[in-house]
Amino acid sequence: MWGYLLRRLFESALILLGITFVTFILLYLVPADPARQIAGRSATAETVANIRDQLGLNDPLFVQYWRYLAGLFQGDMGRSYLQRAEVASLIMARLPASLMLMVTAIVTELIIGLTIGVVAALRRNKPADHSLMIFSFVAISAPQFVIGILLLYVFAVQLGWFPIGGYGTWAHFVLPSVTLGLLGAGWYSRMMRSSMIEVLNQDLVRTARAKGLSKLRIVTRHVMPNAILPIIAMIGIDIGLFMSGIVVVESVFGWPGIGQLAWQAIQRVDIPVIMGVTMVSATAIVLGNLLADLVAPLIDPRIKTK
Amino acid sequence: MSVATDPAARPRKPSRARVVLGELLRRPRAAFGLIIIALMVFAAVFAPWIMPQDPFAQSFDGLDLMGAPLPPGGDYLLGTDLLGRDLASRLILGTRTSLIIGVVANGIAVLLGAGVGITAGYFGGWTAAILMRFTDLMMAFPALLLAIVLAAIFQPSLMIVALVIAMVNWVQMSRVIYTETRSLAEREFIQVQRAIGSGPIRILFKHLLPHLLSSIIVFGTLGISTTVLLEATLSYLGVGVQPPMPSWGNIIFENQTYFSTAPWLVFFPGLLIVLLALGFNLVGDALRDILDPTLKGRH
Repeated sequence: MWGYLLRRLFESALILLGITFVTFILLYLVPADPARQIAGRSATAETVANIRDQLGLNDPLFVQYWRYLAGLFQGDMGRSYLQRAEVASLIMARLPASLMLMVTAIVTELIIGLTIGVVAALRRNKPADHSLMIFSFVAISAPQFVIGILLLYVFAVQLGWFPIGGYGTWAHFVLPSVTLGLLGAGWYSRMMRSSMIEVLNQDLVRTARAKGLSKLRIVTRHVMPNAILPIIAMIGIDIGLFMSGIVVVESVFGWPGIGQLAWQAIQRVDIPVIMGVTMVSATAIVLGNLLADLVAPLIDPRIKTK
Repeated sequence: MSVATDPAARPRKPSRARVVLGELLRRPRAAFGLIIIALMVFAAVFAPWIMPQDPFAQSFDGLDLMGAPLPPGGDYLLGTDLLGRDLASRLILGTRTSLIIGVVANGIAVLLGAGVGITAGYFGGWTAAILMRFTDLMMAFPALLLAIVLAAIFQPSLMIVALVIAMVNWVQMSRVIYTETRSLAEREFIQVQRAIGSGPIRILFKHLLPHLLSSIIVFGTLGISTTVLLEATLSYLGVGVQPPMPSWGNIIFENQTYFSTAPWLVFFPGLLIVLLALGFNLVGDALRDILDPTLKGRH
């Protein structure tokens, strides 16, 4: 187990190193000149050249990359080109909002997904099952910006139940969490349904029935705990989905998180910030996958850690 | 283990496809998906003939006296956009954009993903180690962020958007195909081919590919849905298909500031995106049940 953990940690570190390299090259290829962006429209060619020199943009690619990597190991992600701030502090200021949104989204998708899955499995092949499954197919087929804008239109503009955007009270969390969590709810409901059906067909259910336990007790005490386990193992992987989702959801709802930070940085070619958010997201994804791989053998001992 | 000669193989092939099509049509959900896809393909192919108006014409009749877009009904079936253009016509032309990207981008992703997966799975060893580490790296990339950065680097045109989406979407296919190829390569009928000295190309096309076809078809179909959603999202963010060329995503992008007074400009394109993605998801899911015998009877 410890050997496996060590090997996986080492692999994860290598993957992150690879990601710094790929991202760095991609951003090096961006045709826009950051020095010109900083200097502004009316700057002379000389000023632009000076700024290029100051930022070290004239150095060869590998010198620049090495400098970035050396900084990264000391926790220094560089300075934003356009805001007078360290990238690390910009990200730290916005990370809590994004993390809170992700946590509420996970809760939302579990509540919606598991409920639908359980009901559909118990009403298998009946009308309720069919309509719930159609719902989950729609949930995985709807782009988040469409869900977000429609929820805003119905529940914020028309009904006025929730604020139109922004951040602060619990009411601000409802619509963005549903928007971010609906995709996962769609997947979880289908997984929970087939997982429940699998457990319902097992001997333990027959034994419980033979003992004379009530149907409610069988479902809540025997079937659901067994059926939920494989789904818990998937939560780590969700982080990857969320890291893409927050760029859209935060821009629709004006949520002050790292997704919005990334989107603004991309529009203004603020390369150190783009780099920083990409690294934070990639780290979160790698850790999420690692978590999923470590939890899976604990839940199902048949999965071996080689 | 006789090698099927062409005349013997011919009569079986169409019947297999017909059996699958029949199975699809017998399932209500899959049949619904097929109908959606058929209608969209029809709209895309015959767009110039069925568009009620010129999708690029900005007419004064298309705006009311205050300069606001017209709601659905009257001369404009689904209303007009902020520039007074006919929404229905733009949506019909947008079907083309979505399907072209869906087919081209997903086609590239399937070829790339299957190619990498088969190569790594068949050769194993160092080839597999390098290719699959690279796949892991791509898996850890925040997909949308990568797509936005790529789209921002290259000036977005239809072809570039397709390529960007393909670069992001090939990964899952390659992992599925890699796992399957690896277990196939251990099986006796492949070992026999290796032992009698068949070349890798021959083994690949004659013996491996037929067994991998089911997975390629299933994940290829589901992948179109992912592709359609990614194109819509990129276009919605303004880094995908560029106006005036209509795409369902950029129609929402152009008009979203008005969504509280003109919700049809978000509702109709949004509905079409969901329907098209839903169609491919429903068909792909049914294909998985039909083509993958190990899953039979579980639902």
